[in-house]
Amino acid sequence: MSAFGANAPALVLAIPLLAAAILALLPRYRVAALVNVGASLLTLLAALALLFAPPPPSTAYLLLDELNIVFISLSSFVGFTTSVFSASYIGHEIDIGRLTPAYLRFYHAMYQILMFAMNLALLANNIGLMWVAIEIATLTTVMMVGIYRTHEALEAAWKYFILGSVGIGLALFGTILVYVAAEPVIGEGVGSMVWTQLVAKAAAFDPALLNVAFVFLLLGYGTKVGLAPLHAWLPDAHAEGPTPISAVLSGLLLNVALYAVLRFKMLMTANAAAVAPGPLMVTLGLISLIFAAFMLYRRRDIKRLFAYSSIEHMGIIVFAFGMGGPLANFAGLLHMTMHSLTKSGIFFTVGHIAQVKGTQRIAEIGGLTETHAWLGWSLVIGVIAIAGLPPFGIFMSEFLVVSSSFARAPLLALLLVFGLLIALGALILRLNSIAFGEPRGETARVKASYAPLIAHFALVLAIGLYLPAPLVAWFQQVAALLG
Amino acid sequence: MPHLAFDISHLLAGGLVVVSFMLLYQERLYSLLNVYALHAVVLALAVAWQAYIQDAPHLYVAAAIALCFKAIVIPLSLHRIIERLGIHREIETVVGIGLTMLVGIGLVALAMVVMLRVTGGAEPIAREDLAFALAVVLLGLLIMVTRRNAVSQVVGFMSLENGLVLAATGARGMPLVVEISVAFSILIAFIVIGIFLFRIRERFDTVDIVALDQFRGERR
Repeated sequence: MSAFGANAPALVLAIPLLAAAILALLPRYRVAALVNVGASLLTLLAALALLFAPPPPSTAYLLLDELNIVFISLSSFVGFTTSVFSASYIGHEIDIGRLTPAYLRFYHAMYQILMFAMNLALLANNIGLMWVAIEIATLTTVMMVGIYRTHEALEAAWKYFILGSVGIGLALFGTILVYVAAEPVIGEGVGSMVWTQLVAKAAAFDPALLNVAFVFLLLGYGTKVGLAPLHAWLPDAHAEGPTPISAVLSGLLLNVALYAVLRFKMLMTANAAAVAPGPLMVTLGLISLIFAAFMLYRRRDIKRLFAYSSIEHMGIIVFAFGMGGPLANFAGLLHMTMHSLTKSGIFFTVGHIAQVKGTQRIAEIGGLTETHAWLGWSLVIGVIAIAGLPPFGIFMSEFLVVSSSFARAPLLALLLVFGLLIALGALILRLNSIAFGEPRGETARVKASYAPLIAHFALVLAIGLYLPAPLVAWFQQVAALLG
Repeated sequence: MPHLAFDISHLLAGGLVVVSFMLLYQERLYSLLNVYALHAVVLALAVAWQAYIQDAPHLYVAAAIALCFKAIVIPLSLHRIIERLGIHREIETVVGIGLTMLVGIGLVALAMVVMLRVTGGAEPIAREDLAFALAVVLLGLLIMVTRRNAVSQVVGFMSLENGLVLAATGARGMPLVVEISVAFSILIAFIVIGIFLFRIRERFDTVDIVALDQFRGERR
């Protein structure tokens, strides 16, 4: 166990990479789907081993600490459940001829490369390496978003590509500025890009340079988080790509970009003279939340609806981390975890609903609880959870975010509550027309896999009812690390 | 010698900004591509000069990539794509050229004010390079925002990326510069292949999502 544990970081990277190579060569899509599930399960096991093994010492390129373990275990868990969902999803897509086996080979290989890139971004101790990993993740998702090759899908992929590239460009400029700030203190070469060294010596950096760098990094990686003025790619990419990719985008990739922002926030807080990164993040978070909450009312496409809900929740999370302090950070972490689980669960449900109905238009979907009890009620549960109603985990994390900010900035907390209520109204309104009332649209059966979504919703419910003490202790430790 | 080293790098980096301005007022796609090739040549010279004065041989590789790939291969293939796909030869702009130029001047001023103020501690060459690089990046963004057609947006992105390479080479001893410029080249190659395979002629005219949603996606 201990030998396995020591090599776990390498395994988390090696398994997806190896699987990608195998999947690129496997011609049979049913076998490939199973290999995909198996590889994701192995990655999940390796990630869980990270929890129990003592963390290996950081190198110039890789780092493992409490913060990224949270992200890695979450992303490999959702990566695994999504691969299970994907196996049943693509079966239907093949049957109706939307995808061909050749495309699936490509799709499966890309899926594993995406997992690899996300784990690499999370494990990277080098800000340049982190940038490269996030770029790879972007490229793979761009290709998967465009995989249906309809006019809309290509346009969505193109828009994602261009906006994502601009974001990645700005982030690189910020990364270069951090290097320029570090170089006089740490010296030329790789050392000035190693995150652990940067944080240790950040106090001596030129604060003005760090400020400008952080603005670029926040805007650049913020584009990938989907923060409000820069979110334009997100709804299209979610709506036009295959649903498993929507689930991974919302549940994981947004988190990875957020993780990058958090790392640089820690760097900023380590320098007392630099501007506090909190207020910037709080502002962007609130704008995203309120903007997305209003936009929810005008959605006519079911996947777009939940894409806007992701923008809303990323806003809440960025707000919480921007407020900072042990309680708000704890709430932010919990909210991030709950949102990933719930939102990907919702996309699993929505994916099957769209397959049953043959459309994503909300107007053509109705009365699901009568015609498809399982899917309908799963959606009801998912929407209740994502809207932040008790007894689900999101209620608790939103409550913590609100109460921790009420104590320190009552006005901001009021704005936050306002945004939450607006979003709640929109979601309940839409849910009503989708799940209840006269059945509309097709009523054919579809082979669906309920296990992944049940697992997600059960976890969210369980955490909403009872937070286990070890989890609390773990998240508190990470929250303290975030400062 | 130090004076000369500084003056030449100043000249080359400033030249890149001037060529970025030339990109702003091109009205025909072919001439836009020619000016972009010039942009890449200036970048290659600037990078090679940095390689020489910093005594960093790996930067010559970055300069060679800029020269071969960005100044020759990419403009040529875009030329052929425009011919094959029969894309409009004229560039549609969102706002008038005069206004774009004025905004561009404002952006360059902004870049100078911001970067020169915050980089007081850095050495002069890096300082100048960073300020000019930010100007090139912002002008690239401006081109992307004010152009409607996919090829000219890509040219805007590539000029933005040239600005980033300039910044990376200006930062003394920065690792991964060559890797980053290779990564960008791959990215650009993908974009160009994407244009060709998917025959993307026009793009969504705005970054404003509200307008976009009305035009497409949710209309169906």
